[in-house]
Amino acid sequence: MSLVARHLETNGIPTVVIGSAKDIVEQCGVPRFVFTDFPLGNPCGKPDDPTMQSAIVGIALDLLESARHSRITVQTPFNWPTTDWRDRYMQLET
Amino acid sequence: MTEFDTSHRVFVSYIDKSREYYLARGYGNPYRWAHHKDVPFSPLKKALNKSRVALVTTAALTKESAATSEVYAAPTEPPPAVLFTEHRSWDKAATHTRDVETFLPIRRVREFAAAGRIDNLSPHFYGVPTDFSQRRTIDKYAPELLDVCRADAVDLALLVPL
Repeated sequence: MSLVARHLETNGIPTVVIGSAKDIVEQCGVPRFVFTDFPLGNPCGKPDDPTMQSAIVGIALDLLESARHSRITVQTPFNWPTTDWRDRYMQLET
Repeated sequence: MTEFDTSHRVFVSYIDKSREYYLARGYGNPYRWAHHKDVPFSPLKKALNKSRVALVTTAALTKESAATSEVYAAPTEPPPAVLFTEHRSWDKAATHTRDVETFLPIRRVREFAAAGRIDNLSPHFYGVPTDFSQRRTIDKYAPELLDVCRADAVDLALLVPL
């Protein structure tokens, strides 16, 4: 998706990526990135939380408007209620 | 809530984790993730409140269409009640994708249009396959998405990988 964003941007359509895999998006390099530090699946906010979803879309729109150069990451202020998912992703059996 | 071990990165490094996972299983030659030193930048051509906004997803319309790996455009009205996401590697233990607004916020973007923050949402949302082949993404999917966005006179794009 980051490669696609770069192509749209190169061809005159400003983009913002909203995602939860910070390293993958930033390593590829995109113009504008809204990072939600959640388990993969809900980068635009928690299920059944339209207030949070609206806030995240609003952050993305603000970033489109305010960015004056590329590679800007804005992290959303939200936290997932648990942290165990961080270690569980592709966990190696011991 | 457990405390963070701040001797490690606080955010999850999916590049590190997937590499270590496959190396431990005997797969050499780790995946080479896309990396670019230069990043394009296109300033807004119109004010936000005059702009048409597109939403782009890595979800598929159906299980059958997920297997075909094609760029698609589908109506934003009515918003889809469900999209097929099982083929994507989101965290199926921690969460779910039954609330489409969590990754394709059609209703939320419409609310910003109703409030005058943007002009409107494109009549279509757009799907792009996730492909290990960066070449196929660059040579096929990205130009195809650009074409459908131009056909709908899209000014700005919100891209949301699952």
